[in-house]
Amino acid sequence: MKVKINGKDGLEAMLSARCTSIVYEKMKKARVAVAGLGGLGSNIAADLARSGVGHLHLIDDDLVEPSNLNRQQYRIKHLGMMKTKALQTELAEINPYIRVTIDTVRVTEHNVGHLFEHDDIVCEAFDDPEAKAMLVNFLMENYPDKPIVSASGMGGYESSNRIITQRPMKNLYLCGDGVTETGIGWSMMAPRVSICAGHQANMVLRLILGIEDV
Amino acid sequence: MIIVNGQSTIDAAGLSLAEYLSRAGYGLNRIAVEHNGKIVPKTHYEQTILADGDIVEVVHFVGGG
Repeated sequence: MKVKINGKDGLEAMLSARCTSIVYEKMKKARVAVAGLGGLGSNIAADLARSGVGHLHLIDDDLVEPSNLNRQQYRIKHLGMMKTKALQTELAEINPYIRVTIDTVRVTEHNVGHLFEHDDIVCEAFDDPEAKAMLVNFLMENYPDKPIVSASGMGGYESSNRIITQRPMKNLYLCGDGVTETGIGWSMMAPRVSICAGHQANMVLRLILGIEDV
Repeated sequence: MIIVNGQSTIDAAGLSLAEYLSRAGYGLNRIAVEHNGKIVPKTHYEQTILADGDIVEVVHFVGGG
């Protein structure tokens, strides 16, 4: 079937046809950071782009490697590209009417500075537990009012139903099962990683719509 | 009595937060800690002394993403 599109406004209207107008307007005004563009972050970003989140801020310093293709939103054609650039290209194919800002840097306590200053919500989507803890601590100490949607425990093929969203602290939302760690018998596989990413993305949508309950 | 992650914990009063966390087996670089509703910077773990009635929340991160 050939889709007939009447210019930019026509396509944008068709892309947002499944979204009510109140939801659409709130999504369009939101700015969300995704820190880490692996299995979690690349899937979160795709979900948020499909949902029409108006401004995505993507942060990562890695290249796309063959071992990423088992669970991340990249394809053969992206091998060797920076993940920031590769994902920006992919998102433009999903929803060209959102703004995507990229920062190709490794986030450390020395350079995190003002990186997240203008983001309404930050998704922590790193792989390394120390990087996760560093970012969450930094944000909670420096931006106590900024919601953080983080993740811990989504390896292997344990039950899907163990992955949950919790709110252990006022502005910290935590998705995952809390235990299935890579390197301790668990490899990262697409289904549970994308389930966890879905939890994170849905929590972001809820926060944008003013819902703080998990 | 001190409440840690919603559970009553005996024998923690008088300890520093750093002592409590290391006795409980946490890796200090993989956690975020709230003490009575406020985030505790890592540099304050030693000087934060736990007292009866305190509420502590420890979030522990495992690898993978």
